[in-house]
Amino acid sequence: MNIETQKVKSFIAKHNSEKKALISILQDIQKEYNYLPQEALRIISETLGIPLIDVVGAATFYRAFSLKPRGKHIITVCVGTACHVRGGPKILGEFKRDLDIDEGETTKDNQFTLETVACLGCCAIGPVVVVDGNYYAQTNMRKVKSILNTYRKKEKENEGYQQN
Amino acid sequence: MKDINKINSIEDLKQIINNQIQKRISDKKPVLIVSSGTCGQARGSLALIEALEQVIKDEYLHDEVNIKVTGCHGFCEAEPNIIIQPQGIFYQHVKPEDAKEIIFETILNNKIIDRLLVSDPVTGEKAVKEKDIRFYKKQKRVVSGDNALIDPTDIDDYFSTGGYSSLAKILERISPEEVVETVKASGLRGRGGAGFPTGLKWQFARKAKGDIKYIICNADEGDPGAYMDRSLMEGNPHRILEGMIIGAYAIGAREGYIYIRAEYPLALRHISLAIKRAEQLGLLGDNILGTDFSLNIHISEGAGAFVCGEETALMASIEGRVGEPRQKPPFPAVKGLWGKPTNINNVETWGNIPIIIDKGAEYRYK
Repeated sequence: MNIETQKVKSFIAKHNSEKKALISILQDIQKEYNYLPQEALRIISETLGIPLIDVVGAATFYRAFSLKPRGKHIITVCVGTACHVRGGPKILGEFKRDLDIDEGETTKDNQFTLETVACLGCCAIGPVVVVDGNYYAQTNMRKVKSILNTYRKKEKENEGYQQN
Repeated sequence: MKDINKINSIEDLKQIINNQIQKRISDKKPVLIVSSGTCGQARGSLALIEALEQVIKDEYLHDEVNIKVTGCHGFCEAEPNIIIQPQGIFYQHVKPEDAKEIIFETILNNKIIDRLLVSDPVTGEKAVKEKDIRFYKKQKRVVSGDNALIDPTDIDDYFSTGGYSSLAKILERISPEEVVETVKASGLRGRGGAGFPTGLKWQFARKAKGDIKYIICNADEGDPGAYMDRSLMEGNPHRILEGMIIGAYAIGAREGYIYIRAEYPLALRHISLAIKRAEQLGLLGDNILGTDFSLNIHISEGAGAFVCGEETALMASIEGRVGEPRQKPPFPAVKGLWGKPTNINNVETWGNIPIIIDKGAEYRYK
Protein backbone atom coordinates (compact mmCIF):
# COMPACT_ATOMS: atom_id res chain seq x y z
CA MET A 1 0.00 0.00 0.00
CA ASN A 2 1.21 3.44 -0.87
CA ILE A 3 1.11 5.79 2.01
CA GLU A 4 1.81 9.45 2.06
CA THR A 5 4.98 10.25 3.91
CA GLN A 6 3.74 13.76 4.55
CA LYS A 7 0.61 12.53 6.23
CA VAL A 8 2.51 10.25 8.60
CA LYS A 9 4.90 13.08 9.36
CA SER A 10 2.02 15.41 10.13
CA PHE A 11 0.74 12.93 12.73
CA ILE A 12 4.18 12.89 14.29
CA ALA A 13 4.35 16.67 14.23
CA LYS A 14 0.95 16.89 15.88
CA HIS A 15 2.53 15.27 18.93
CA ASN A 16 5.55 17.60 18.79
CA SER A 17 7.78 14.76 17.55
CA GLU A 18 8.12 13.53 21.11
CA LYS A 19 9.29 9.99 21.76
CA LYS A 20 6.78 9.62 24.56
CA ALA A 21 3.94 10.09 22.09
CA LEU A 22 4.79 6.90 20.19
CA ILE A 23 1.61 5.11 21.21
CA SER A 24 -0.60 8.12 20.46
CA ILE A 25 1.03 8.44 17.02
CA LEU A 26 0.45 4.76 16.31
CA GLN A 27 -3.18 5.23 17.36
CA ASP A 28 -3.61 8.15 14.97
CA ILE A 29 -2.08 6.21 12.10
CA GLN A 30 -4.24 3.20 12.77
CA LYS A 31 -7.30 5.45 12.82
CA GLU A 32 -6.32 6.82 9.42
CA TYR A 33 -5.35 3.59 7.64
CA ASN A 34 -7.26 1.09 9.77
CA TYR A 35 -3.94 -0.70 10.41
CA LEU A 36 -0.25 0.12 10.74
CA PRO A 37 1.47 0.03 7.36
CA GLN A 38 5.10 -1.10 7.45
CA GLU A 39 6.21 2.05 5.70
CA ALA A 40 4.62 4.23 8.39
CA LEU A 41 6.52 2.39 11.12
CA ARG A 42 9.78 3.06 9.28
CA ILE A 43 8.99 6.75 8.99
CA ILE A 44 8.19 6.94 12.71
CA SER A 45 11.40 5.15 13.58
CA GLU A 46 13.50 7.52 11.48
CA THR A 47 11.73 10.71 12.51
CA LEU A 48 11.64 10.03 16.23
CA GLY A 49 15.01 8.29 16.37
CA ILE A 50 13.56 5.19 17.97
CA PRO A 51 15.05 1.89 16.74
CA LEU A 52 12.62 0.16 14.38
CA ILE A 53 12.59 -2.91 16.58
CA ASP A 54 11.19 -0.84 19.47
CA VAL A 55 8.49 0.69 17.27
CA VAL A 56 7.50 -2.77 16.05
CA GLY A 57 7.77 -3.98 19.63
CA ALA A 58 5.17 -1.46 20.79
CA ALA A 59 3.00 -2.10 17.72
CA THR A 60 2.88 -5.83 18.38
CA PHE A 61 2.68 -5.59 22.18
CA TYR A 62 -0.59 -3.67 22.32
CA ARG A 63 -3.67 -5.53 21.18
CA ALA A 64 -5.30 -2.45 19.71
CA PHE A 65 -2.78 -2.34 16.87
CA SER A 66 -2.88 -4.42 13.73
CA LEU A 67 -0.04 -4.92 11.25
CA LYS A 68 -2.43 -6.38 8.69
CA PRO A 69 -5.05 -4.38 6.78
CA ARG A 70 -8.44 -4.68 8.44
CA GLY A 71 -11.93 -4.84 7.04
CA LYS A 72 -14.48 -2.09 6.67
CA HIS A 73 -16.41 -3.22 9.75
CA ILE A 74 -14.62 -4.23 12.92
CA ILE A 75 -16.45 -6.78 15.01
CA THR A 76 -15.22 -7.04 18.58
CA VAL A 77 -16.50 -9.89 20.69
CA CYS A 78 -15.94 -9.58 24.43
CA VAL A 79 -14.43 -12.72 25.90
CA GLY A 80 -13.56 -11.27 29.30
CA THR A 81 -14.37 -13.50 32.25
CA ALA A 82 -17.94 -12.25 32.76
CA CYS A 83 -18.83 -12.50 29.07
CA HIS A 84 -17.02 -15.85 28.93
CA VAL A 85 -19.31 -17.39 31.50
CA ARG A 86 -22.31 -15.85 29.81
CA GLY A 87 -21.41 -17.55 26.53
CA GLY A 88 -18.95 -15.19 24.82
CA PRO A 89 -16.91 -18.04 23.27
CA LYS A 90 -20.05 -19.47 21.65
CA ILE A 91 -20.86 -16.09 20.15
CA LEU A 92 -17.30 -15.83 18.88
CA GLY A 93 -17.61 -19.33 17.39
CA GLU A 94 -20.80 -18.35 15.60
CA PHE A 95 -19.14 -15.27 14.07
CA LYS A 96 -16.18 -17.41 12.99
CA ARG A 97 -18.50 -19.95 11.40
CA ASP A 98 -20.65 -17.41 9.64
CA LEU A 99 -17.77 -15.29 8.35
CA ASP A 100 -15.52 -18.30 7.76
CA ILE A 101 -12.51 -16.62 9.36
CA ASP A 102 -10.57 -17.03 12.58
CA GLU A 103 -10.21 -14.28 15.16
CA GLY A 104 -7.77 -11.60 14.11
CA GLU A 105 -8.58 -12.26 10.45
CA THR A 106 -10.45 -10.35 7.78
CA THR A 107 -12.97 -11.72 5.30
CA LYS A 108 -11.85 -12.06 1.69
CA ASP A 109 -14.17 -9.28 0.56
CA ASN A 110 -12.55 -6.97 3.13
CA GLN A 111 -15.91 -6.29 4.76
CA PHE A 112 -15.44 -7.72 8.26
CA THR A 113 -12.57 -8.15 10.69
CA LEU A 114 -13.17 -10.31 13.73
CA GLU A 115 -11.42 -9.35 16.96
CA THR A 116 -11.76 -10.16 20.63
CA VAL A 117 -11.42 -7.94 23.67
CA ALA A 118 -11.07 -8.67 27.36
CA CYS A 119 -13.80 -6.77 29.20
CA LEU A 120 -15.63 -3.68 28.04
CA GLY A 121 -16.90 -2.93 31.54
CA CYS A 122 -20.56 -3.72 31.09
CA CYS A 123 -20.55 -7.26 32.41
CA ALA A 124 -24.15 -7.13 33.65
CA ILE A 125 -25.44 -7.14 30.11
CA GLY A 126 -23.03 -9.63 28.54
CA PRO A 127 -22.21 -11.26 26.26
CA VAL A 128 -21.35 -7.98 24.59
CA VAL A 129 -20.41 -7.44 20.95
CA VAL A 130 -19.28 -4.14 19.46
CA VAL A 131 -19.45 -3.43 15.75
CA ASP A 132 -17.93 -0.14 14.59
CA GLY A 133 -18.52 1.37 18.02
CA ASN A 134 -22.15 0.21 18.31
CA TYR A 135 -22.78 -1.93 21.36
CA TYR A 136 -24.97 -5.04 21.28
CA ALA A 137 -26.02 -6.34 24.68
CA GLN A 138 -27.04 -9.85 25.73
CA THR A 139 -26.23 -11.35 22.39
CA ASN A 140 -27.08 -14.93 21.52
CA MET A 141 -26.48 -17.22 18.54
CA ARG A 142 -29.52 -15.93 16.74
CA LYS A 143 -28.54 -12.29 17.18
CA VAL A 144 -25.20 -12.94 15.48
CA LYS A 145 -26.95 -13.46 12.19
CA SER A 146 -29.12 -10.37 12.56
CA ILE A 147 -26.14 -8.20 13.56
CA LEU A 148 -24.22 -9.31 10.47
CA ASN A 149 -27.26 -8.82 8.29
CA THR A 150 -27.62 -5.23 9.48
CA TYR A 151 -24.17 -4.40 8.12
CA ARG A 152 -24.49 -6.55 4.99
CA LYS A 153 -27.75 -4.79 4.19
CA LYS A 154 -26.13 -1.39 4.70
CA GLU A 155 -23.42 -2.34 2.20
CA LYS A 156 -25.99 -3.50 -0.36
CA GLU A 157 -27.90 -0.25 0.00
CA ASN A 158 -24.71 1.72 -0.48
CA GLU A 159 -23.88 -0.27 -3.61
CA GLY A 160 -27.35 0.27 -5.03
CA TYR A 161 -27.02 3.95 -4.29
CA GLN A 162 -23.74 4.17 -6.14
CA GLN A 163 -25.10 2.31 -9.16
CA ASN A 164 -28.02 4.66 -9.45
CA MET B 1 -21.99 28.35 26.46
CA LYS B 2 -22.25 30.46 29.56
CA ASP B 3 -19.51 31.19 32.12
CA ILE B 4 -16.79 30.62 29.62
CA ASN B 5 -14.74 33.20 31.49
CA LYS B 6 -12.11 32.18 33.92
CA ILE B 7 -12.92 32.05 37.58
CA ASN B 8 -10.37 34.41 39.05
CA SER B 9 -10.58 33.83 42.75
CA ILE B 10 -11.58 31.34 45.39
CA GLU B 11 -14.37 33.71 46.46
CA ASP B 12 -15.80 33.70 42.93
CA LEU B 13 -15.75 29.90 42.82
CA LYS B 14 -17.57 29.68 46.13
CA GLN B 15 -20.17 32.12 44.84
CA ILE B 16 -20.73 30.06 41.68
CA ILE B 17 -21.06 26.83 43.67
CA ASN B 18 -23.55 28.49 46.00
CA ASN B 19 -25.63 29.82 43.12
CA GLN B 20 -25.77 26.39 41.50
CA ILE B 21 -26.77 24.71 44.76
CA GLN B 22 -29.58 27.27 45.23
CA LYS B 23 -30.67 26.75 41.66
CA ARG B 24 -30.94 23.00 42.18
CA ILE B 25 -32.97 23.43 45.37
CA SER B 26 -35.38 25.93 43.85
CA ASP B 27 -35.93 23.97 40.62
CA LYS B 28 -39.19 22.09 41.09
CA LYS B 29 -39.77 21.07 37.49
CA PRO B 30 -40.10 17.28 36.95
CA VAL B 31 -37.03 15.66 35.39
CA LEU B 32 -36.68 12.43 33.47
CA ILE B 33 -33.23 11.14 34.31
CA VAL B 34 -32.03 8.66 31.72
CA SER B 35 -29.11 6.43 32.58
CA SER B 36 -26.86 6.46 29.57
CA GLY B 37 -23.46 5.05 30.33
CA THR B 38 -21.93 2.38 28.11
CA CYS B 39 -24.32 -0.17 29.62
CA GLY B 40 -27.34 2.06 29.01
CA GLN B 41 -26.30 2.85 25.45
CA ALA B 42 -25.76 -0.84 24.70
CA ARG B 43 -29.34 -1.40 25.77
CA GLY B 44 -30.76 1.41 23.66
CA SER B 45 -30.78 4.50 25.87
CA LEU B 46 -29.90 6.77 22.95
CA ALA B 47 -33.03 5.77 21.02
CA LEU B 48 -35.04 6.25 24.20
CA ILE B 49 -33.68 9.77 24.73
CA GLU B 50 -34.52 10.62 21.14
CA ALA B 51 -38.07 9.33 21.59
CA LEU B 52 -38.57 11.32 24.80
CA GLU B 53 -37.25 14.48 23.18
CA GLN B 54 -39.53 13.95 20.21
CA VAL B 55 -42.62 13.68 22.43
CA ILE B 56 -41.70 16.83 24.32
CA LYS B 57 -41.11 18.68 21.08
CA ASP B 58 -44.28 17.44 19.37
CA GLU B 59 -46.51 18.22 22.32
CA TYR B 60 -44.84 21.51 23.30
CA LEU B 61 -44.07 20.29 26.80
CA HIS B 62 -40.77 22.11 27.33
CA ASP B 63 -42.20 23.94 30.33
CA GLU B 64 -43.57 20.81 31.94
CA VAL B 65 -40.60 18.47 32.02
CA ASN B 66 -36.85 18.30 31.52
CA ILE B 67 -34.66 15.47 30.34
CA LYS B 68 -31.30 14.83 31.96
CA VAL B 69 -28.87 12.37 30.44
CA THR B 70 -26.57 10.96 33.10
CA GLY B 71 -23.98 8.24 33.54
CA CYS B 72 -24.68 4.80 34.93
CA HIS B 73 -27.08 4.55 37.89
CA GLY B 74 -25.49 1.30 38.96
CA PHE B 75 -28.31 -1.06 38.06
CA CYS B 76 -26.99 -2.10 34.64
CA GLU B 77 -29.16 -5.19 34.57
CA ALA B 78 -32.23 -2.93 34.47
CA GLU B 79 -31.00 -0.67 31.64
CA PRO B 80 -32.24 1.42 30.07
CA ASN B 81 -33.76 2.89 33.18
CA ILE B 82 -35.30 6.20 34.07
CA ILE B 83 -35.58 7.95 37.40
CA ILE B 84 -38.34 10.53 37.59
CA GLN B 85 -37.64 13.33 40.03
CA PRO B 86 -38.81 14.86 42.35
CA GLN B 87 -40.77 11.70 43.27
CA GLY B 88 -37.87 9.30 42.72
CA ILE B 89 -39.89 6.86 40.60
CA PHE B 90 -37.76 4.16 38.99
CA TYR B 91 -38.68 2.55 35.67
CA GLN B 92 -36.65 -0.28 34.19
CA HIS B 93 -36.22 -1.71 30.69
CA VAL B 94 -37.83 1.36 29.15
CA LYS B 95 -38.32 1.26 25.40
CA PRO B 96 -38.73 4.17 22.99
CA GLU B 97 -42.38 3.10 22.57
CA ASP B 98 -42.96 3.84 26.25
CA ALA B 99 -41.90 7.48 25.93
CA LYS B 100 -45.32 8.94 25.25
CA GLU B 101 -47.04 6.97 27.98
CA ILE B 102 -44.42 7.95 30.57
CA ILE B 103 -44.73 11.64 29.79
CA PHE B 104 -48.53 11.71 29.60
CA GLU B 105 -49.37 9.28 32.39
CA THR B 106 -46.61 9.72 34.93
CA ILE B 107 -45.48 13.30 34.39
CA LEU B 108 -48.75 14.99 33.52
CA ASN B 109 -51.24 12.68 35.28
CA ASN B 110 -49.18 11.46 38.19
CA LYS B 111 -50.02 7.84 37.44
CA ILE B 112 -47.56 5.00 37.89
CA ILE B 113 -47.03 2.61 34.99
CA ASP B 114 -47.07 -0.77 36.64
CA ARG B 115 -45.31 -2.83 34.00
CA LEU B 116 -42.16 -0.70 34.08
CA LEU B 117 -41.58 -1.12 37.80
CA VAL B 118 -38.90 -3.36 39.23
CA SER B 119 -40.31 -6.35 41.05
CA ASP B 120 -38.58 -7.86 44.04
CA PRO B 121 -36.86 -11.13 43.08
CA VAL B 122 -37.93 -12.76 46.36
CA THR B 123 -41.37 -11.44 47.20
CA GLY B 124 -42.44 -10.39 43.72
CA GLU B 125 -43.64 -7.09 45.14
CA LYS B 126 -43.21 -4.09 42.90
CA ALA B 127 -41.15 -1.12 44.03
CA VAL B 128 -42.19 2.31 42.84
CA LYS B 129 -39.24 4.31 44.09
CA GLU B 130 -35.55 3.82 43.61
CA LYS B 131 -34.88 3.72 47.34
CA ASP B 132 -37.39 0.87 47.84
CA ILE B 133 -35.74 -1.45 45.33
CA ARG B 134 -34.02 -4.34 47.07
CA PHE B 135 -30.89 -3.85 44.94
CA TYR B 136 -30.44 -0.28 46.22
CA LYS B 137 -31.93 -0.57 49.68
CA LYS B 138 -28.83 -1.40 51.67
CA GLN B 139 -26.36 0.41 49.47
CA LYS B 140 -24.58 3.50 50.66
CA ARG B 141 -23.21 5.04 47.52
CA VAL B 142 -20.61 7.52 48.70
CA VAL B 143 -18.63 8.09 45.53
CA SER B 144 -21.04 7.10 42.78
CA GLY B 145 -24.24 8.26 44.49
CA ASP B 146 -24.28 11.59 42.65
CA ASN B 147 -24.16 9.94 39.22
CA ALA B 148 -27.94 10.15 38.95
CA LEU B 149 -27.88 13.91 39.70
CA ILE B 150 -25.26 14.94 37.21
CA ASP B 151 -25.08 15.50 33.51
CA PRO B 152 -21.41 14.57 33.14
CA THR B 153 -20.90 17.00 30.29
CA ASP B 154 -22.09 19.97 32.35
CA ILE B 155 -19.77 21.30 35.04
CA ASP B 156 -22.63 23.37 36.55
CA ASP B 157 -24.30 20.12 37.60
CA TYR B 158 -21.18 19.15 39.50
CA PHE B 159 -21.10 22.59 41.14
CA SER B 160 -24.72 22.10 42.17
CA THR B 161 -23.78 19.05 44.25
CA GLY B 162 -21.13 21.11 46.04
CA GLY B 163 -18.45 20.08 43.56
CA TYR B 164 -15.08 21.86 43.68
CA SER B 165 -15.88 23.27 47.12
CA SER B 166 -13.19 21.00 48.56
CA LEU B 167 -10.71 22.55 46.17
CA ALA B 168 -11.79 26.02 47.29
CA LYS B 169 -11.41 24.91 50.90
CA ILE B 170 -7.82 23.66 50.61
CA LEU B 171 -6.61 26.55 48.49
CA GLU B 172 -8.12 28.96 50.96
CA ARG B 173 -6.94 27.65 54.27
CA ILE B 174 -5.38 24.16 54.32
CA SER B 175 -1.67 23.56 53.80
CA PRO B 176 -0.42 20.65 51.67
CA GLU B 177 0.91 18.92 54.80
CA GLU B 178 -2.49 19.17 56.43
CA VAL B 179 -4.15 17.66 53.35
CA VAL B 180 -1.79 14.68 53.55
CA GLU B 181 -2.51 14.36 57.28
CA THR B 182 -6.26 14.47 56.68
CA VAL B 183 -6.09 11.74 54.04
CA LYS B 184 -3.88 9.67 56.34
CA ALA B 185 -6.25 10.11 59.26
CA SER B 186 -9.25 9.19 57.12
CA GLY B 187 -7.85 5.70 56.73
CA LEU B 188 -8.52 5.72 52.98
CA ARG B 189 -6.87 2.77 51.28
CA GLY B 190 -6.14 2.34 47.58
CA ARG B 191 -9.39 1.38 45.88
CA GLY B 192 -7.66 -0.34 43.00
CA GLY B 193 -7.50 -3.51 45.02
CA ALA B 194 -4.17 -3.59 46.82
CA GLY B 195 -5.43 -1.38 49.63
CA PHE B 196 -2.24 0.52 50.40
CA PRO B 197 -2.92 3.46 52.75
CA THR B 198 -3.34 6.43 50.42
CA GLY B 199 -2.19 9.11 52.86
CA LEU B 200 1.07 7.26 53.44
CA LYS B 201 1.67 6.99 49.72
CA TRP B 202 1.11 10.73 49.39
CA GLN B 203 3.52 11.39 52.20
CA PHE B 204 6.26 9.36 50.47
CA ALA B 205 5.75 11.30 47.26
CA ARG B 206 5.63 14.63 49.10
CA LYS B 207 8.86 13.91 50.97
CA ALA B 208 10.67 12.50 47.94
CA LYS B 209 13.48 14.75 46.70
CA GLY B 210 13.05 16.41 43.34
CA ASP B 211 11.61 19.56 41.87
CA ILE B 212 9.50 17.79 39.26
CA LYS B 213 6.83 15.40 40.51
CA TYR B 214 3.94 13.71 38.77
CA ILE B 215 0.55 12.38 39.71
CA ILE B 216 -1.19 9.66 37.75
CA CYS B 217 -4.74 8.41 37.72
CA ASN B 218 -4.83 4.72 36.90
CA ALA B 219 -7.93 4.23 34.78
CA ASP B 220 -6.81 0.98 33.19
CA GLU B 221 -9.54 -0.93 34.92
CA GLY B 222 -9.83 -4.46 33.66
CA ASP B 223 -10.92 -6.82 36.39
CA PRO B 224 -13.78 -8.97 35.18
CA GLY B 225 -17.13 -7.89 36.52
CA ALA B 226 -15.77 -4.73 38.16
CA TYR B 227 -16.41 -1.47 36.41
CA MET B 228 -16.89 1.15 39.07
CA ASP B 229 -14.12 3.22 37.50
CA ARG B 230 -15.83 3.28 34.14
CA SER B 231 -19.10 4.29 35.72
CA LEU B 232 -17.44 7.08 37.72
CA MET B 233 -15.50 8.42 34.74
CA GLU B 234 -18.60 8.35 32.56
CA GLY B 235 -20.92 9.66 35.22
CA ASN B 236 -18.96 12.14 37.31
CA PRO B 237 -15.62 13.01 35.71
CA HIS B 238 -15.12 16.27 37.61
CA ARG B 239 -15.05 14.43 40.93
CA ILE B 240 -11.93 12.59 39.74
CA LEU B 241 -10.34 15.80 38.47
CA GLU B 242 -11.04 17.59 41.75
CA GLY B 243 -9.43 14.71 43.65
CA MET B 244 -6.38 14.88 41.41
CA ILE B 245 -6.03 18.64 41.76
CA ILE B 246 -6.15 18.31 45.56
CA GLY B 247 -3.61 15.47 45.38
CA ALA B 248 -1.24 17.45 43.20
CA TYR B 249 -1.47 20.37 45.64
CA ALA B 250 -0.67 18.08 48.55
CA ILE B 251 2.24 16.34 46.87
CA GLY B 252 3.68 19.28 45.00
CA ALA B 253 3.10 18.07 41.46
CA ARG B 254 2.48 20.31 38.48
CA GLU B 255 1.80 17.66 35.86
CA GLY B 256 -0.72 14.86 35.95
CA TYR B 257 -1.71 12.01 33.67
CA ILE B 258 -4.87 9.98 33.39
CA TYR B 259 -4.20 6.63 31.78
CA ILE B 260 -7.48 5.42 30.29
CA ARG B 261 -7.90 2.13 28.52
CA ALA B 262 -9.00 2.34 24.91
CA GLU B 263 -11.87 -0.06 25.59
CA TYR B 264 -13.70 2.77 27.39
CA PRO B 265 -14.48 5.27 24.61
CA LEU B 266 -17.28 7.04 26.48
CA ALA B 267 -15.19 7.47 29.62
CA LEU B 268 -12.42 8.88 27.46
CA ARG B 269 -14.80 11.37 25.91
CA HIS B 270 -16.29 12.56 29.19
CA ILE B 271 -12.92 12.92 30.92
CA SER B 272 -11.52 14.86 27.94
CA LEU B 273 -14.51 17.19 27.99
CA ALA B 274 -14.20 17.69 31.74
CA ILE B 275 -10.51 18.58 31.46
CA LYS B 276 -11.21 21.06 28.69
CA ARG B 277 -13.97 22.73 30.69
CA ALA B 278 -11.89 22.86 33.85
CA GLU B 279 -9.10 24.50 31.86
CA GLN B 280 -11.51 27.08 30.43
CA LEU B 281 -12.68 27.99 33.90
CA GLY B 282 -9.19 28.16 35.35
CA LEU B 283 -9.63 25.15 37.62
CA LEU B 284 -6.71 23.58 35.78
CA GLY B 285 -3.74 25.25 34.15
CA ASP B 286 -1.49 28.02 35.41
CA ASN B 287 -2.33 29.90 38.61
CA ILE B 288 -5.47 28.01 39.52
CA LEU B 289 -8.11 30.43 40.89
CA GLY B 290 -5.54 33.19 41.00
CA THR B 291 -3.24 31.35 43.43
CA ASP B 292 0.33 30.39 42.66
CA PHE B 293 -0.61 26.73 42.36
CA SER B 294 -0.58 25.31 38.81
CA LEU B 295 -1.47 21.92 37.38
CA ASN B 296 -1.89 20.47 33.91
CA ILE B 297 -3.58 17.13 33.38
CA HIS B 298 -2.97 15.09 30.23
CA ILE B 299 -4.74 12.02 28.94
CA SER B 300 -2.80 8.98 27.92
CA GLU B 301 -4.83 6.43 26.02
CA GLY B 302 -4.12 2.75 26.53
CA ALA B 303 -3.96 0.37 23.62
CA GLY B 304 -5.37 -2.85 24.95
CA ALA B 305 -2.81 -4.42 27.24
CA PHE B 306 -4.16 -5.90 30.46
CA VAL B 307 -0.80 -5.73 32.21
CA CYS B 308 -0.69 -1.92 31.86
CA GLY B 309 -2.90 -1.66 34.93
CA GLU B 310 0.21 -2.54 36.93
CA GLU B 311 1.79 0.76 37.92
CA THR B 312 5.30 0.32 36.53
CA ALA B 313 3.95 -1.11 33.26
CA LEU B 314 1.47 1.77 33.10
CA MET B 315 4.23 4.34 33.46
CA ALA B 316 6.28 2.62 30.77
CA SER B 317 3.24 2.87 28.51
CA ILE B 318 2.81 6.61 29.22
CA GLU B 319 6.47 7.05 28.31
CA GLY B 320 5.68 5.47 24.95
CA ARG B 321 7.36 2.15 25.56
CA VAL B 322 6.24 -1.44 25.68
CA GLY B 323 4.19 -1.81 28.84
CA GLU B 324 6.21 -4.31 30.76
CA PRO B 325 6.44 -4.23 34.55
CA ARG B 326 9.78 -3.74 36.23
CA GLN B 327 11.19 -4.79 39.55
CA LYS B 328 10.34 -2.71 42.66
CA PRO B 329 11.93 -0.99 44.55
CA PRO B 330 12.52 1.76 43.59
CA PHE B 331 8.87 2.53 44.13
CA PRO B 332 7.11 5.16 41.98
CA ALA B 333 7.14 7.60 44.92
CA VAL B 334 10.95 7.68 44.55
CA LYS B 335 11.49 6.89 40.89
CA GLY B 336 8.39 6.91 38.76
CA LEU B 337 7.48 8.53 35.49
CA TRP B 338 10.68 9.54 33.66
CA GLY B 339 12.55 8.69 36.85
CA LYS B 340 10.78 11.42 38.85
CA PRO B 341 8.80 10.98 42.08
CA THR B 342 5.30 9.96 41.10
CA ASN B 343 2.10 9.31 42.96
CA ILE B 344 -0.25 6.90 41.29
CA ASN B 345 -3.77 6.18 42.51
CA ASN B 346 -6.75 4.49 40.97
CA VAL B 347 -9.87 6.34 39.75
CA GLU B 348 -12.06 5.53 42.71
CA THR B 349 -9.34 6.52 45.18
CA TRP B 350 -9.06 9.95 43.57
CA GLY B 351 -12.86 10.16 43.58
CA ASN B 352 -12.90 9.73 47.36
CA ILE B 353 -10.58 12.65 48.04
CA PRO B 354 -13.02 15.57 47.60
CA ILE B 355 -15.45 13.84 49.99
CA ILE B 356 -12.79 13.35 52.66
CA ILE B 357 -11.68 16.98 52.40
CA ASP B 358 -15.28 18.16 52.51
CA LYS B 359 -16.45 16.00 55.40
CA GLY B 360 -13.21 15.68 57.32
CA ALA B 361 -11.04 12.75 58.30
CA GLU B 362 -13.61 11.41 60.76
CA TYR B 363 -15.74 10.46 57.79
CA ARG B 364 -14.23 7.04 57.69
CA TYR B 365 -14.14 4.48 54.95
CA LYS B 366 -14.42 0.86 55.72
